[in-house]
Amino acid sequence: MTVSNAPAIITARFGDEAAYTLDRYEATGGYEGLRTALAKTPAQVVEEVKTASLLGRGGAGFPAGVKWGFCPPGVFPRYLVVNGDESEPGTYKDRLLMERDPHQLIEGVLIACYAVGCSQAFLYVRGEMALAQERIAQALNDAYAKGYVGKNILGSDFSVDIVLHWGAGAYIVGEETALIESLEGNRGLPRLKPPFFPAAKGLYLQPTIVNNVETLANLPWIITHGGAAFAALGAENSKGMRMFAVSGHVKKPGVYEVEFGVTTFRDLLYAPVYGGGIRGDHQLKAFIPGGASAPWFYEEHLDLPLEAGAVSKAGSMLGSGAVVVMDETTDMVRACLRLVRFFARESCGKCTPCREGTGWLEKILERILHGEGRPEDVNLLLDVCDNISVGMAWPPRQTTICPLGQSATTPVASAIMRFKDEFEAYVGGPAEITVKVLGPAFVGPRREEASADA
Amino acid sequence: MARLTPENVTVATEILSRYPRPKSALIPLLHLAQEQDGWVTDDAMEHLAELVGVTPAEVVGTCSFYEMFKREPVGRYLVNVCTNISCQLLGGEELLAHAEEVLGVKAGGTTPDGTFTLEDVECIAACTEAPCLQVNYRYFHKITHDELGTLVDDLRAGRRTEEIPPHGVVARIRQHIPADRAAGPADPAVNVEPPWLATEEKKP
Repeated sequence: MTVSNAPAIITARFGDEAAYTLDRYEATGGYEGLRTALAKTPAQVVEEVKTASLLGRGGAGFPAGVKWGFCPPGVFPRYLVVNGDESEPGTYKDRLLMERDPHQLIEGVLIACYAVGCSQAFLYVRGEMALAQERIAQALNDAYAKGYVGKNILGSDFSVDIVLHWGAGAYIVGEETALIESLEGNRGLPRLKPPFFPAAKGLYLQPTIVNNVETLANLPWIITHGGAAFAALGAENSKGMRMFAVSGHVKKPGVYEVEFGVTTFRDLLYAPVYGGGIRGDHQLKAFIPGGASAPWFYEEHLDLPLEAGAVSKAGSMLGSGAVVVMDETTDMVRACLRLVRFFARESCGKCTPCREGTGWLEKILERILHGEGRPEDVNLLLDVCDNISVGMAWPPRQTTICPLGQSATTPVASAIMRFKDEFEAYVGGPAEITVKVLGPAFVGPRREEASADA
Repeated sequence: MARLTPENVTVATEILSRYPRPKSALIPLLHLAQEQDGWVTDDAMEHLAELVGVTPAEVVGTCSFYEMFKREPVGRYLVNVCTNISCQLLGGEELLAHAEEVLGVKAGGTTPDGTFTLEDVECIAACTEAPCLQVNYRYFHKITHDELGTLVDDLRAGRRTEEIPPHGVVARIRQHIPADRAAGPADPAVNVEPPWLATEEKKP
């Protein structure tokens, strides 16, 4: 087990209880990145971020600099929307960044607006996060008073307002087009892509960049230290540092900023500085590598690096940096029901496969858990999943406008394909599976695919 | 019940002034109405419709989508126990059952004295601090059954009111953009390149 000694970037101030104040932020290098950026041209700032190869930290993992380049030329105003609607089960990082170091986020927002040419920014914070909203409101008020935000920032021709906006309880609003709908004052229903790719037709149908909190929080460091210094950390396709929340049955649940792409799941779960091993010396049964939407991993996946490509090839995703650990005492049917119930509750209702399918999955799992299931219910669960996401393949085949529907199928396929005996114990008999399940995390790599890779 | 008070209309006007289109202010304004009355009344929604320039039905349409907006009275304290996966693994469902016992209501219910409403909620982003709950959106991390009992006793006796404002109040600090510092909302109908992009070539 090797643990990198790379320096913390975005959590560097977490040890300082007063880091959220403007005084402490300025005393620890705060707003230096903004000053450095303003001395460059916007194009040079974009280049620096491209050199850094900063991948989005919200879930999709798209390179931030490339995403910025999708805004059509000559179409203004452009908007920046900050996605601080952190709600993926298992995910706990953006709230910490907003509560403990709000100025770092604000500085990141300013750098992005300067680089992309955004005339207004909206910082969308999850409604339930009262302290984060208070810390950001105070930080913005102080930053306006000091001339960091607003008109003619630090005496330059760069002007932008950052508006603190907040939600009111809806997981789906974490999806970028639903977030835009919500910001327009509507129900949070996702939009069809194409044509509504936010960079082309986003807020008020104008070019809009939607970036995650953690993504933007990296920008001050990247601009101060240079994109190359950032790219020197991490692996080939996963640069820099990244925050992971390790929760569930580990000795030391916590949020850790680790070197991206180099650290393995085994390090994260077992290293004394991170998870510290399974609690009470129990055995690992399964872990979710990237939030409730991600297919589950098992013992054989522990040596995979926390690297987007390797995890995707194995059939899952790093998602929002949420690792949930389950030991052998976990009832997989009960865990599966809880995850499915989440998606059933949070389905916005726009697309039939998701609206109806998630509800059916919940009902079938409820009756199984309550001892009223039949052996054929196990295959029926997979059949419903197959109608939401054909074959439960990876990457998923989507039948809905957004990925929420297919996400509800992953705990079902994961639990059944690996722990069918637990379902059989509930339904009182052997369960025959006729639905074809394709995802490698569910069934392991198929022989022909494994040889094709070699 | 109540339309917005004149003081809150002033707050609403300030919030509205930040957005290029008024309907964007609707969710913040619904929070303002809930802050005033503890829940979102029909009269308040009609008033918001006037302020935003949409129909009352559109306001109800938005309001009814979001979990935090209550369209009937709830307790002074909303106790939200997380039972999602990370909390479930470490006793979240047992914590909820204990809360039901202590408060004498099922999840979704309000105590007869109107002090508490109990909810079984989805992940609240404190997964490494499981099991956790919120009271009026203030966090209680790694909470034991005994600690929950003490918390309920304190709130019932009128203690900890500084720490936990009544339901409806989320953030107690508001953003203010001073008029002389405001860049102003960016009108989507005006296609002008921002000056710092236009003058790019003048820089070294």
